[in-house]
Amino acid sequence: MAQVKLTNLNKKFDGTHAVKDVNLEIRDREFVVLVGPSGCGKTTTLRMVAGLEEISSGDISIDGKVVNNLAPMDRDIAMVFQNYALYPHMTVYDNMAFGLRMRKFERPEIDRRVTHAADVLGIQPLLERRPRQLSGGQRQRVALGRAIVRNPRVFLFDEPLSNLDAALRVQMRVELKRLHERLETTAIYVTHDQVEAMTLGDRVVVMKDGTVQQVGGPLELYDRPANRFVAGFIGSPAMNFIGATLAEANGSLWAEAQGLRVRVPPQKAERLRRHAGQRVVMGLRPETLRPATAADSDYAFDATIDVVEPLGSEILLDVRVGDSPVVARVDPGLRFSARERVRLAFDPARVHFFDATSEAAI
Amino acid sequence: MIEGARWRKWLWFYLPLGAFILALLFPFYWMVVTTVRPDGELYRPWNHPLYSPFWTSNPTFEHVKDLLQETLFNTWMLNTMFIALVATLISLFCGVIAGYALARLTFRWAGVLGTAIFVTYLVPQTLLFIPLAEIIRDYRIGDTPWALILTYPTFLIPFCTWLMMGYFKAIPRELEECARIDGAARWQAMVYIIFPIAVPGILSAGIFAFTLSWNEFIYALVFLSSPEQKTVPVGVTSELIRGDVFFWGSLMAGALIGSIPVAIVYSFFVEHYVAGMTGSVKG
Repeated sequence: MAQVKLTNLNKKFDGTHAVKDVNLEIRDREFVVLVGPSGCGKTTTLRMVAGLEEISSGDISIDGKVVNNLAPMDRDIAMVFQNYALYPHMTVYDNMAFGLRMRKFERPEIDRRVTHAADVLGIQPLLERRPRQLSGGQRQRVALGRAIVRNPRVFLFDEPLSNLDAALRVQMRVELKRLHERLETTAIYVTHDQVEAMTLGDRVVVMKDGTVQQVGGPLELYDRPANRFVAGFIGSPAMNFIGATLAEANGSLWAEAQGLRVRVPPQKAERLRRHAGQRVVMGLRPETLRPATAADSDYAFDATIDVVEPLGSEILLDVRVGDSPVVARVDPGLRFSARERVRLAFDPARVHFFDATSEAAI
Repeated sequence: MIEGARWRKWLWFYLPLGAFILALLFPFYWMVVTTVRPDGELYRPWNHPLYSPFWTSNPTFEHVKDLLQETLFNTWMLNTMFIALVATLISLFCGVIAGYALARLTFRWAGVLGTAIFVTYLVPQTLLFIPLAEIIRDYRIGDTPWALILTYPTFLIPFCTWLMMGYFKAIPRELEECARIDGAARWQAMVYIIFPIAVPGILSAGIFAFTLSWNEFIYALVFLSSPEQKTVPVGVTSELIRGDVFFWGSLMAGALIGSIPVAIVYSFFVEHYVAGMTGSVKG
């Protein structure tokens, strides 16, 4: 039961401004994911919430109480680290019990909590082992167990899955989500992996260069990115960007680029008209592209296929439109070959436009 | 090819290794042989009918008896033990704490301070004993064990600090951060988490400090004068070499017995010691 509020949070290391004016309100029981490329300030933000990093300016409050000057131990939080940070000289049991012992819990209570957490995570048989005798996934579970025995107000996760191999990562991701649904504790999760962010987060905070780019639900970020960075960061394969110029003709607005002339959908035209004659960036998600039919005349363009990547469930077409590389994700039943010319159509409702200089969505 | 590999292994591995071991162990062997060789073979071997340079057919414990009964050797052993132990404990305590501080705390002059501590280690003892002698005279602790107990840390603390600093740096910071989130204060994280993990490093530093103090010669020679205060290295060489007369048998017996405690300490902790030198922390 805890809300976490970051107000104008800043962190400066000598010479670098790592976190810039971050404002964020995390609701009780919410799972919030901070995502961004490395060096974007997400881990620093998390460490400030944990109390491991001093705050340069701004406030962090948990349940309405400012915790800026509170030691990590007094914040009632638990953190799972990227390298698990299990105490190598202690057994799994002692690792999990350490926090409770430090907080002077009675022995039977410690025993009850550790056993319960071990049951939840399925690590009962490992309790007497040492961390070096465990596999990566087991270590991960112990690290989680150590966090949940304390029943903290907030869970902090610092890239907890990035040391696991791909298959295990997917499995642990599901387990984490299940665990959160069961424990109903506020959680802040840091990752650089947008798939993790999308699958785990109730809300996702996209960060870049120390600033928050956008906060929203996974689908909101996906469908309505606030700027070109978010649009390109969320989604895989990434959104295609084509530099274009807007021109007025025949009563409607057209986006023109080398080898491409498409109509701006009427619902977007209103806002885009102000940018007529200017450079914009057009964004198309790979899955909104498909081979064109005769009906698509205004929302289609010609392209040359560079590479065909058949993935079974879909085909990725790496094509070239003028000078711009574009990826299209199409029906696996279709047949294509390299250097073939295709005409691709896009869904007019799902085309994005960004300002060429500010990169903000238009 | 496999046959070839075998002789090659002998030539390039076992042979040099054997030569190396021989060169290292021969002085010890010579020490043992000299200890048990009767005086007749030692001083006028050419008159001796059954003399062989690397062996003796008339072993005797006369020199050991002389050493233990005619000299203050037992007192020297106790002195050395006491001085080495206390100096080691002081240095280890300071070294561990200083090493931890230099490895973990990021204060303004941490780097400079670390280098400065190391530089003091580079000042040769043969120069440092002159000012130290003044200090010892001023504090009136000359010719007492404290003259050494308080001067040995001048070279032991920098050494321990540097060894421990390297070791602490190899321990992931997250362990400590996790402990602090778990509810430990900084000192608790240090005592319950970091120090237990650093045991191999602490042992290596301790063994080194103990050996260095046990074998130390110059300070012991300069700061101690009465025979009953001396340490083994100084006592043996000053009392068993009189003018140009070398009591070879007792000298070697003293060297032999004097090296036993160090050998014991090494063999007990050798595994930890090796782990400490390679700085391995497995998470």
